[in-house]
Amino acid sequence: MSKLQRAAAQQLRNDLLKFKSGDRINVHFKVIEGDKERIQQFEGDVISIRGTGINKTFTVRKISDGVGVERIFPMHSPKIAKIELIREGRVRRAKLYYLRNLSGKAARIKSKTN
Amino acid sequence: MIGLLGKKTGMTRIFDENGNIIPVSIIEAGPCPVTQIKSKEKDGYDAIQVGFDERRLKSTNKPLRGHLDKSKISPTRILAEFRNFDKKDLSPGSTLKVDLFGEGDTINVQGISKGKGFQGVVKRHGFGGGSVTHGQSDRLRAPGSIGASSYPSRVFKGQKMAGRMGGAIVTVRNLKVIKVEKETNLIYVKGAIPGHINGYVKLIKK
Repeated sequence: MSKLQRAAAQQLRNDLLKFKSGDRINVHFKVIEGDKERIQQFEGDVISIRGTGINKTFTVRKISDGVGVERIFPMHSPKIAKIELIREGRVRRAKLYYLRNLSGKAARIKSKTN
Repeated sequence: MIGLLGKKTGMTRIFDENGNIIPVSIIEAGPCPVTQIKSKEKDGYDAIQVGFDERRLKSTNKPLRGHLDKSKISPTRILAEFRNFDKKDLSPGSTLKVDLFGEGDTINVQGISKGKGFQGVVKRHGFGGGSVTHGQSDRLRAPGSIGASSYPSRVFKGQKMAGRMGGAIVTVRNLKVIKVEKETNLIYVKGAIPGHINGYVKLIKK
């Protein structure tokens, strides 16, 4: 598989902020509308990081007007302009899909205390 | 209809200049030495024969060695022919490389599909299968009727039935070339190509 990895390696991004499941992040995503480009922000909790290499993606979940919204971003997409870490969360698993069944106060993620 | 021989390296995805994801198959293509030029007068048809992939001299049989010695080419694992080519600048011993193709070209890729073994009609021919409910039993993936009774008293030839699937020559047409890497002899085409990893494929320029 090394030839495949080498082929994709040129496009891997190491410049972005590292984060973990449970962290609240703000993703600045480039959106092309017609011939104009603008930045769209998506702030929420990281509930999953999956895949390896160029296939790695992460899922961000937020509650928008009382409705849960999830968005999957390719980790190495050139469309990601910036990732901001809002706060680190303390969670005990890698995939936080259980949050989908919770709402309100129960769906909060504890903040990491150092 | 000139082309190259290659080896499937696998699939991955790359981002284009707009940041969109493109699924690509990577093929290690060439260099392919031209082993023989067939002519209408001598062989009955015009074609070039090319080889690909090194083969140990020890495991090369004498007829093949003799054939390749004529054009002083070290043994290759496979040989293939391409017809309708531009004859002028090719001679036995010259080499075809991946720069035959350019970014944005559309090519056909031919290979031997993965063997699927003995498969039923649902997988092999896309039949719908039977009803799951309505009191049915044992009919879930059955083929249904295969013909009438006393007339014709036989099953017509070509009736789609279960059997061996895969392992056949498959051509995928109009694949777009996304990228060509001359140093490493790699070519990236959009979409899937037949066969398993390290399987040989024929890249046909249109």
